[in-house]
Amino acid sequence: MSAEAGHGPRLRDLLAPPARRRLDELTAEISATPSAVATRFPAAARLVARGPVRPGDPSGLLGPTLEDLVRLVLLEALRDALADVPGRLAQEVTALYRFGDSDEKRAVLRALDRLDIGETAHDLLGDALRSNDPRLVAAALGPGGHRHLDQAGWRHGVLKCLFLEVPLAAVHRLAERADPELARMVGGFVVERVAAGRGVPADAWRVLGDHPPTVRALRAELRSPHADRRTAAELALAQRRDV
Amino acid sequence: MRIFDPHIHMTSRTTDDYEAMYSAGVRAVVEPAFWLGQPRTNPGSFLDYFDGLVGWERFRAARFGIRHHCALALNPKEANDPRCADVLDVLPRYLAKDGVVAVGEIGFDSMTAAEEEAFARQLDMAVAADLPVLVHTPHRDKAAGTRRTLDLVAASGIAPERVLVDHLNETTVDIVAASGCWMGFSIYPDTKMDEYRMVRILAEHGLDRILVNSAADWGRSDPLKTARTGRAMLDHGFDSDDVDRVLWRNPVEFFGQSGRLLLDDVAPDTGATFAGNSVLRGGGE
Repeated sequence: MSAEAGHGPRLRDLLAPPARRRLDELTAEISATPSAVATRFPAAARLVARGPVRPGDPSGLLGPTLEDLVRLVLLEALRDALADVPGRLAQEVTALYRFGDSDEKRAVLRALDRLDIGETAHDLLGDALRSNDPRLVAAALGPGGHRHLDQAGWRHGVLKCLFLEVPLAAVHRLAERADPELARMVGGFVVERVAAGRGVPADAWRVLGDHPPTVRALRAELRSPHADRRTAAELALAQRRDV
Repeated sequence: MRIFDPHIHMTSRTTDDYEAMYSAGVRAVVEPAFWLGQPRTNPGSFLDYFDGLVGWERFRAARFGIRHHCALALNPKEANDPRCADVLDVLPRYLAKDGVVAVGEIGFDSMTAAEEEAFARQLDMAVAADLPVLVHTPHRDKAAGTRRTLDLVAASGIAPERVLVDHLNETTVDIVAASGCWMGFSIYPDTKMDEYRMVRILAEHGLDRILVNSAADWGRSDPLKTARTGRAMLDHGFDSDDVDRVLWRNPVEFFGQSGRLLLDDVAPDTGATFAGNSVLRGGGE
């Protein structure tokens, strides 16, 4: 019962008593009739609660919203109810994602580290990372993505965060998993931006550190004959000192 | 003049329309799912369309200060194609979503057995999802279609005050008024109803349970017909409170029965994107 050990107690503390009762009712309904999740999962925010959990994260880019946590509890109830029916959980989670709006998809992605659905998790994360929706991309780099993405897919996800200006604080255990290949990819992105005279997300330096090939390339840009490239290089190197 | 257009197909309209609607006072709409002109051939085509109605179109409307809601259904015309019928198995998932304020458009097109089966099944879904219903009445044989519609509504057990029977005219308004259902009128440039005939009906029937819409779509139609009807009402001698009742309070009362209207203040444009896409092209991005 990871909900009890993880988000569960915290969510219950955040809910007013009537919302807590409605969540209990929905959980009991799904435990008794797992197919009810098809209509209860989309309605969960309206029926129980919605809104930010952390004041600095109003749209749930860095971590789950209240409705994400509510939906997680429903998915855990579904998982437990279907424990004896092989394949059924993966089938229903796929349907909830496919027929979900952006909020429902995000909740599924955020729950993937709690659901043993094998390759299906990888497929759903792949779909999210193909989208250009910052909320889905951020959720795909959370604990679920950490667990299910292979290293190549994970690196491309981190790079996509930089492209979409998703803060890298959204990436679960970034420092632990970052490797020289990711630094090479991010360095290439930074050099390309500066060569175009464009700005670089400051978060790139969280991956790069003092990545020598990138720093060398930017220092070379300081001597560019083009003012816009020199300015972009100065700004990027100044950001490095600030991080 | 604040306006709630209770039936308009915005996926078929341009951003110029959104701007003109906002200028005319439109602040909220309901977009019912319908036929796209080109027939669909499979359930997936409906599901992508439903995704657009609860996702992209709601976002696009919000960029122009307009709250967008939708009604979802298998429409009467396409209920006749057996290749599309399986969409009804998935529809309940969509009827549970926020901003889905009715089941619709359902009803009759050619009054076939397949249409009747889809109509009855979706009335049951509306009861199960606790949603009101928007019923389309046919263009051909309208009076007979409207009578049969009211029979099916009565047989389903849904409360008449949760049913809106749409596209009415002088020949069908009386039987719907007597049924207790809400009465919808679509004001068109040259078919269905015009704003002056609409004012005559309001003068004769009063303002109870009456909704006025533009039903604007991909055909010749005018998304400002709601505003033009409001002005015709004022010219006739109705006061501004009467206009507000027909063009705002009545649709809010009918669709408010869903408990899912999204009418808190529309936030100003913040340069947001939907799934990475913006509506405003060029320098604004």
